[in-house]
Amino acid sequence: MSKILIRGARVLGGEARDVLIDGETIAEVGTGLSADGAEVVEAHGKVLLPGLVDLHTHLREPGREDSETVLTGTRAAASGGYTNVFAMANTFPVADTAGVVEQVWRLGKESGYCDVQPIGAVTVGLEGSKLAELGAMHESAAGVTVFSDDGKCVHDAVIMRRALEYVKAFGGVIAQHAQEPRLTEGAQMNEGVVSAELGLGGWPAVAEESIIARDVLLAEHVGSRVHICHLSTAGSVEIVRWAKSRGIQVTAEVTPHHLLLTDELVRSYNPVYKVNPPLRTERDVMALREALADGTIDIVATDHAPHPHEDKDCEWAAAAMGMVGLETALSVVQATMVDTGLLDWAGVADRMSVKPAQIGQATGHGRPVSAGEPANLTLVDTEYRGLVDPAGFASRSRNTPYEGRELPGRVTHTWLRGKATLVDGKLT
Amino acid sequence: MQRHLISAADLTRDDAVLILDTAEEMARVADRPIKKLPTLRGRTIVNLFFEDSTRTRISFEAAEKRLSADVINFSAKGSSVSKGESLKDTAQTLEAMGVDAVVIRHSASGAPYRLANSGWIDAAVINAGDGTHQHPTQALLDAFTMRRRLVGRDAGLGQDLAGRRITIVGDVLHSRVARSNVDLLHTLGAEVTLVAPPTLLPVGIETWPCEVAYDLDSTLPKSDAVMMLRVQRERMNAAFFPTEREYSRRYGLDGHRMAKMPEHAIVMHPGPMVRGMEITAEVADSDRCTVVEQVANGVSIRMAVLYLLLGGNEPAVTHARTTEEK
Repeated sequence: MSKILIRGARVLGGEARDVLIDGETIAEVGTGLSADGAEVVEAHGKVLLPGLVDLHTHLREPGREDSETVLTGTRAAASGGYTNVFAMANTFPVADTAGVVEQVWRLGKESGYCDVQPIGAVTVGLEGSKLAELGAMHESAAGVTVFSDDGKCVHDAVIMRRALEYVKAFGGVIAQHAQEPRLTEGAQMNEGVVSAELGLGGWPAVAEESIIARDVLLAEHVGSRVHICHLSTAGSVEIVRWAKSRGIQVTAEVTPHHLLLTDELVRSYNPVYKVNPPLRTERDVMALREALADGTIDIVATDHAPHPHEDKDCEWAAAAMGMVGLETALSVVQATMVDTGLLDWAGVADRMSVKPAQIGQATGHGRPVSAGEPANLTLVDTEYRGLVDPAGFASRSRNTPYEGRELPGRVTHTWLRGKATLVDGKLT
Repeated sequence: MQRHLISAADLTRDDAVLILDTAEEMARVADRPIKKLPTLRGRTIVNLFFEDSTRTRISFEAAEKRLSADVINFSAKGSSVSKGESLKDTAQTLEAMGVDAVVIRHSASGAPYRLANSGWIDAAVINAGDGTHQHPTQALLDAFTMRRRLVGRDAGLGQDLAGRRITIVGDVLHSRVARSNVDLLHTLGAEVTLVAPPTLLPVGIETWPCEVAYDLDSTLPKSDAVMMLRVQRERMNAAFFPTEREYSRRYGLDGHRMAKMPEHAIVMHPGPMVRGMEITAEVADSDRCTVVEQVANGVSIRMAVLYLLLGGNEPAVTHARTTEEK
């Protein structure tokens, strides 16, 4: 493999440096590095980050290839600066056996745009009643360590307890979609002032918070590790903060859309804003930003959820829940966290690459930008300002809530182990 | 007036008073031997009902026919909708047949809003009730009934409901009638109090322009009109209240309670009534109860709305239109 010299990049937003990639590895980081025999990429002060890691992606394959495939999803990931994504288990068939997770893992290998780490289901068919063969999925070629019934909550306290206990045998983690099912029957949006007016079924904050409270206590009781998916309320932040102060092994993620959007948008009845957990209030948004800044929330995860056009071009109640996010995540984080002064670029690298790689035990990702490390890198033009145009998405789906919105920042280059997957904003 | 009627909250005071005044003109047509105006001749209106509602559909149909519109009734049951056709395709299919207005009833809150605002069709959209969101023509006919009874048929012309005290009792949580009425009555200057067990009031109600009370008896003496909402017995199974009898005892209107109301005060109900649940037969059949009047007023109100949305600026009754432009 050839050499690449990235010249004048602000590594983690710091001083301009040259970064030399040799083969799959970063050979040298310094100033005035020789371009001898290397292809030169002029960074012109763009920010260089470790390749982003998404702990929460829906690639939809197998089963819903009309909305996304592993190939299109990983192309979207590379466009957004990601080098590793964790594929959620709610496919058809469900990724609850070694066979299915190996299939997804193999499709990821073949795509070549981004490493794909399958997540295994906690329970058979995501039904919440019988543990899936967690050990077999871990032992498989896919090497699963993160398990989640995402889309559904592991609501039975005993099943959740057993799952937390069982994965201790191989250092696994349960990623919980915190949603008390009885409290959210018929739920269509955040329960509050707006739902009362619009006459849409309410999804109360307490339905999330009560499950998180229960699960951190269960994790403490059995001495295991729990990860909270897409935390969305100010109350959830308080519970996680309390649990961490108590020494409980809990980590949490927030989605870009919960950092930016509120339930006021639902007044349009446009299902592009329909997502689970739902968009919350301004107060929640501010609490989530603060928690991500102070580390109470560990990471940003996209919950990239592609849906075909017809599943959103309809009345609210009939629409599918979810938003695509891989190609806009970094821009939203820049807008909500960096441009607001809450987080610097080193902090962004930590929340979007280092920590998610640690939680998911992704080797070779989320590493420092220094000599000898794998060349998984993302170059960001942070000065860019532009309107989001879904027509340009690499994802097969277009269900973005940001269409026509001005967002800062643009990923121009992504390298996966030294191989460029994105050059000047174009997929290779 | 706007091009669509989606929510009672979209109406200004002047819009609402104009509709009520126009409805009074329309009501006079009902007193004629020939109850028909040529106003909407050549116009086609579809009644697009995704949810069964014989009363509302018939009321709209009567209004449309009295204005000489061509009427198409579309009921989702047994249609292409039951075979999986989307709202968008159904609406576009109907519009392709040359429909000028769509009167839509749908179980999904916001469906009429989507129809009017997503660029699917160009026709005027009239909300005939969507989920637990809005039912603006119901609120208008209720306001019309109140104005007639509390202000006067002729004295009411040009007037709103300033200072009138309206109490709405029952399942506010699941009621599009309550939401529409709160919005419209507030716009018309009335003071609204909602009375219900806390389980049947939505979280977030504190921002509504009305008072909320849990006790019916203390509210009745301060009411000029009391509107009883239908309470479905099945709500009992979802623990909204313990038993039908307890609900009835605490929130039902019987003769004894009605006696606590001021003498001039009226009892209203959007129908269908559940006699013995929220209202006793004694109250339902009393002179103070306006249920049947409300039904008659519904036709006048719907005529007024259709006329104002589709008929242009010419007076409705005095000069019948002779030519129609599309």
